[in-house]
Order: sequence, then structure tokens, then C-alpha cells
Amino acid sequence: MVQLTLPKNSKIGKGRHWRAVDGANKKDVRTFRVYRYDPETGDNPRWDTFEVDTSKHGPMVLDALFHIKNEIDPTLAFRRSCREGICGSCSMNIGGRNALACTKGWDDFGSTITVSPLPHQPVIKDLVPDLTMFFAQYKAIEPWLHTETPAPETEWRQTPKDRDKLNGLYECILCACCSTSCPSYWWNGEAFYGPATLLHAYRWLIDSRDEATGERLDALEDPFKLYRCHTIMNCAQVCPKGLNPAKAISEVKKMLVERAI
Amino acid sequence: MVGKDDSFKTDLKRARGSGSAHHGLGMWMAERMTAVALIPLGLWAVYSVLQLAVIGYDGAVDWLQSPVNIVLMLLTLAISFYHMHLGMRVIIEDYIEHKPSRLLWIGLSAAASLLGAALALISILKVALGGAPD
Repeated sequence: MVQLTLPKNSKIGKGRHWRAVDGANKKDVRTFRVYRYDPETGDNPRWDTFEVDTSKHGPMVLDALFHIKNEIDPTLAFRRSCREGICGSCSMNIGGRNALACTKGWDDFGSTITVSPLPHQPVIKDLVPDLTMFFAQYKAIEPWLHTETPAPETEWRQTPKDRDKLNGLYECILCACCSTSCPSYWWNGEAFYGPATLLHAYRWLIDSRDEATGERLDALEDPFKLYRCHTIMNCAQVCPKGLNPAKAISEVKKMLVERAI
Repeated sequence: MVGKDDSFKTDLKRARGSGSAHHGLGMWMAERMTAVALIPLGLWAVYSVLQLAVIGYDGAVDWLQSPVNIVLMLLTLAISFYHMHLGMRVIIEDYIEHKPSRLLWIGLSAAASLLGAALALISILKVALGGAPD
């Protein structure tokens, strides 16, 4: 059966409480409840509470996390790189919804903000999930141009209209917000490719230069790899780039129907 | 990486699994086509049941002997049971990960749907073709 409750070693306990520094203006103080897990101690994960003086840092949740790491608890682990919504590293669950910490303002939330790693992935430490399967699935759809025709002297040509078809797809930064918000991906994460990988699969299917459309469709027609998508739409709701993976998946299903009739 | 199956496989091997089953489109289409068919058939069934409520036992038997009603009734029941089987299968596939159990439950669900459909269809045909027992 699917696991509906957390296994014993994943039950989250109460952690440390870090009070705001003396002299902080009460109005500026927000409480961050942060998921902590340290594989080296063997202890169960815990919720640490940080009272943060938000006047001391920038407007985004990532700024608050930096502040916590630099000023309060240097052991906090999280991924980040570009801090401007293009690398996809700082994806996490903020206030119950997957988002990029660098583009999510802490003022979007009330006085308490909950921060935990992307759901339903193994946790390496604190806010760092293990996305090995996620990237392996992306690799499995062979996300590059497949051609048999010898490469032209210059570029592979494409009409502006054909190029337009890639809009809304190529912008995906593989942050995994969508896939890890998808219940189907939670239940069948190894067999189902998940929204991000399928959006990329469609990106190559719809590319006018790609010559492997048939083989790509063959590889996707599977009750699990593709058809576990039940159009739940969490993916479209959380995508920090405003993309719609559910629509891309529907287009793949449509291509399969059109091929058969 | 070592996965739930306790075996070391590369990430790509795990992601590819045994490849595509090369089916799924048929079932996906069948789910949608049976759902669409059940909209008019369902409305017709509700309308009919409301009518049957006031025409009494003999009236109902007569009603069921009209060719149009027999055909629509058989279609409604056959498609409903088929749709039920498809829906149950999706739920089982979603929530039961262990493959032998998954197969067992899909089998049991299919058998229940088939048995239900057979009983319903034969009962309708019995009344429709032979009339009701006194």
C-alpha cells in the first residue's frame, strides 16, 4: 500500500527556539519555522523556530535564510546560487507551497512562515532534498536535438512560428517545484516521469527540427511514465516561472491520439 | 544509487525502468469516451426512474420491453460497469505500489465489475424478453 503516514524516523519533533535579539522592533520580527534534519546525528527531524528581525535583511525568504545562517545558526543547510529565479537551486516548500526562496517575498505571509524541503523526496540535510531521480528522469527523455539528416553548414533552420511553439516550455529551470507538488509523483515517483520531465519531453516533441518525434512518443506511451498525470494541476499552480506543465502533458496525450487516428 | 529494492543501479537505469509498455492510450481514451457516453445515458436513466416510480410494477415491466428502453438500459449498465472498472484500476495503480498486490486487486476489481455487469444485463434481458415472473 501507499504510505499514508510518516515512517518512524521521519516524525518531526520540536526543535530549538531562537528568540529575537534584544532591541528588535516588534513590528519587524517574523517567526520562521524551519525543518531541520542532520543525517550525522541519527536524530529525527525537528522544527526549529527562528524569530528574525526582518529589518536586517532583504525582501525575500532567501534573504531571511541567509540572515539565519549568517547571524543565528550557521549549521542551517540550503541550496542557492543565482538569487534571481533562474538557477532553480533554492526551491523549497514555503508556507505550504513549493516556491523559489529567492523570488518569494516574506511579506507575502503572516507572522509565521513555515519552510521545509521539497515534499516527498529523500532529505540530505535540512532544506536540501535528494533530486537524483528527478534529474535521472530528465536525462531519460534524452533532452537534446535528435537528427539523422547531416547537420547543415550553418544553423538548423526554423520559422518564427515554429520557434514560438517553444515559448512557455524552454523557460523551465528544472527547480522541481512542480514534480514534487504532484500527488501522482508522490505515489509513483519512480515510474511516473512527473510534470517537469514531461514538459521537457513535449518541448522536444514540438520542436520542428527534431526528427525523432515517433520514437519519443513511443517511449512515452506508458500507463505510468505519462498517463499517471490526472490533471491535478498543482504543477501549474506552483511553477515559479508561470509555466503550465499540465497543459504540455495534455498536448502530448493529444499527439498520441492524433497519431492513432 | 541503492533504491527501495535494495539493489545498486545507476540513476538512469532506475529512471528508464523496463522502458515503455507501449500502451495506455487505449485505456485513457476509453475512460473519456465512456464518461462522455454516460452523460446522456445517465440523464436518461434518472428521467426514466422518475417515470417508473409512478407507473407501477406491470407498467415497469411493459416499459422494459420496449426495444429502445432495452437497448438504452443495457448500454447504460454495460458502460457504467466498464467505466467503474477503468476508474477502479486507475485508483489501484495510483495507490498500490507492490506489483503482485496491484495485480491481485486489479483482477478482483475486474472480476467484481464483470460479475456485476453480467448479473445486471442478464436480469434486464430476462424481464425484457421473458416478462416478469408472477
